[in-house]
Amino acid sequence: MSKSARVSAFNHHGVWAIYLYELIRFKRTIWQSLVTPVITTSLYFVVFGAAIGARMSEVDGVSYGAFIVPGLMLLAVLTESLTTAAFSIYMPRFVGTIYEILSAPLSSLEIVFAYVGATASKAIILAVIILLTSTLFVPLQIQHPLWMVAFLLLTAATFSLFGFIIGILSRNFEQLSFVPALVITPLTFLGGAFYSIDILPPVWRTISLFNPMVYLISGFRWSFYGISDVSVGVSLSMTLAFFLSGLIVVTWIFRTGYRLKT
Amino acid sequence: MSSIISVSGLNKTYSNGLRALEDINLDIYEGEIFALLGPNGAGKTTLIGIVCGIVTATSGKVLAAGYDIVKQYRAARSKIGLVPQELHLGVFDTVLATVRFSRGLFGRGPNDAYLEQVLRDLSLWGKRHDKIMTLSGGMKRRVMIAKALSHEPEILFLDEPTAGVDVELRRDMWQLVRRLRDSGVTIILTTHYIEEAEQMADRIGVINHGELIVVEEKSALMKKLGKKQLTLQLQTPMNEIPAALGGWSLQLNAGGNELEYTFDTNEESTGIPALLRKLSELGIAFSDLHTEQSSLEDIFVSLIDERSADDDSAAVNA
Repeated sequence: MSKSARVSAFNHHGVWAIYLYELIRFKRTIWQSLVTPVITTSLYFVVFGAAIGARMSEVDGVSYGAFIVPGLMLLAVLTESLTTAAFSIYMPRFVGTIYEILSAPLSSLEIVFAYVGATASKAIILAVIILLTSTLFVPLQIQHPLWMVAFLLLTAATFSLFGFIIGILSRNFEQLSFVPALVITPLTFLGGAFYSIDILPPVWRTISLFNPMVYLISGFRWSFYGISDVSVGVSLSMTLAFFLSGLIVVTWIFRTGYRLKT
Repeated sequence: MSSIISVSGLNKTYSNGLRALEDINLDIYEGEIFALLGPNGAGKTTLIGIVCGIVTATSGKVLAAGYDIVKQYRAARSKIGLVPQELHLGVFDTVLATVRFSRGLFGRGPNDAYLEQVLRDLSLWGKRHDKIMTLSGGMKRRVMIAKALSHEPEILFLDEPTAGVDVELRRDMWQLVRRLRDSGVTIILTTHYIEEAEQMADRIGVINHGELIVVEEKSALMKKLGKKQLTLQLQTPMNEIPAALGGWSLQLNAGGNELEYTFDTNEESTGIPALLRKLSELGIAFSDLHTEQSSLEDIFVSLIDERSADDDSAAVNA
């Protein structure tokens, strides 16, 4: 005697509830969340821009201080997306409140959409703050603003997805901070955030091409200054590929209930 | 009576090989209070988890409010409220915020008037702006109930609602559950306090080792399995029961000082008047007497014991 279900196909109240909850959590730690990156960015400019940058020549016609802005923004977006997303889903698992999310009339895609959307929003707010801070130090130009927004959104969403996966797979707090600290940060530093990989010796340049960060940073920097280490098409397709692979893994996790349901 | 939850052929085997549920078939009727009784680890929470979407069934089918819980999970879940055993709460949230969150999560638009009513009914309205971490255990339990009721569910699961709750709060909880039932909500509660089931339930299911042993109206269950006992304190001890009393099922206890008569509550006549007449004919004097009715607890224990005895003999035979 099963009735036909007359409910809307998208639980927007549910998605909104999670989204809002996560942003309120962000607001609770607003100072820590926003002042920290402003201070960190300023320090980068003082050290790399003023102290070291003064002795460095321009990179492809862009002053060194301005050159590192896209890299800095992306570094912050990656770290913020990854750690916040990981934390946002790990905590309910740890505390036990996940039962409510799992028993709610929400599809797995809606749950991911809500969490990833909230985390990506935070990361983008952060990126904008860093961008504004950097205008205090260096002259900026953005040649392809639409592409810049596109790269920013895609990167934030992708790494929020990765963070979400880490948050689901982690068994303890140590694992939760392992990937961001030991994998992402080094990859970003070695991915051309602070230099063009063209200045590397050929061997290291080839090795660098296996670093996914190179493509993200290169594409993002291109949207600012029109200069890139690898072609923009390659950057964009790599970024999309990361996004899709994250999406596939998350869908698999929810479909099988891996580490979520018993 | 139409059933609001219909479980058929439900099995659950965990990945570690533990068979938590074995071929469960159960119908819960609309508007009743159903108590699921069983010792720890019997499968109560697993059964609830499956209906609510937290645990994936190995096989079998469940309909909630007429909707398949897997294929039509949206419709099914929006009808169900769950109060789990543990106090899982975001400690930094305020009471009102967490209740609003739950309502939204279950797909309902804001309705603060309704939420106010829920919080008032649970005596939480005065605490609505308080952070959950500042509340007592009993209040946290009520917040859990408020969350489960926030989306106006038709079915409410209460998993061990009074575990670790003091006596007074337990009585409050019982009253609340009855009020909810009167408002039309079907309630399924698990408990291992037999007293609780005895006080509240319309029907009782007993689950042990993942199998539903018995499902019965409470009164019928008590009547069917309940026994009464009459105990007589004898003035002079007896060595054996006189042959003249062979018509009654009697037993000598306490070194011949007590005569115990067990009788079935289903019988038309208890046989007590005749027994007492016979005793005075035989000149057997007694100083005191009392009768005792077996509680649900005794029934429960005997059911569980019976089963494990069966299991043991099955194991021996195998």
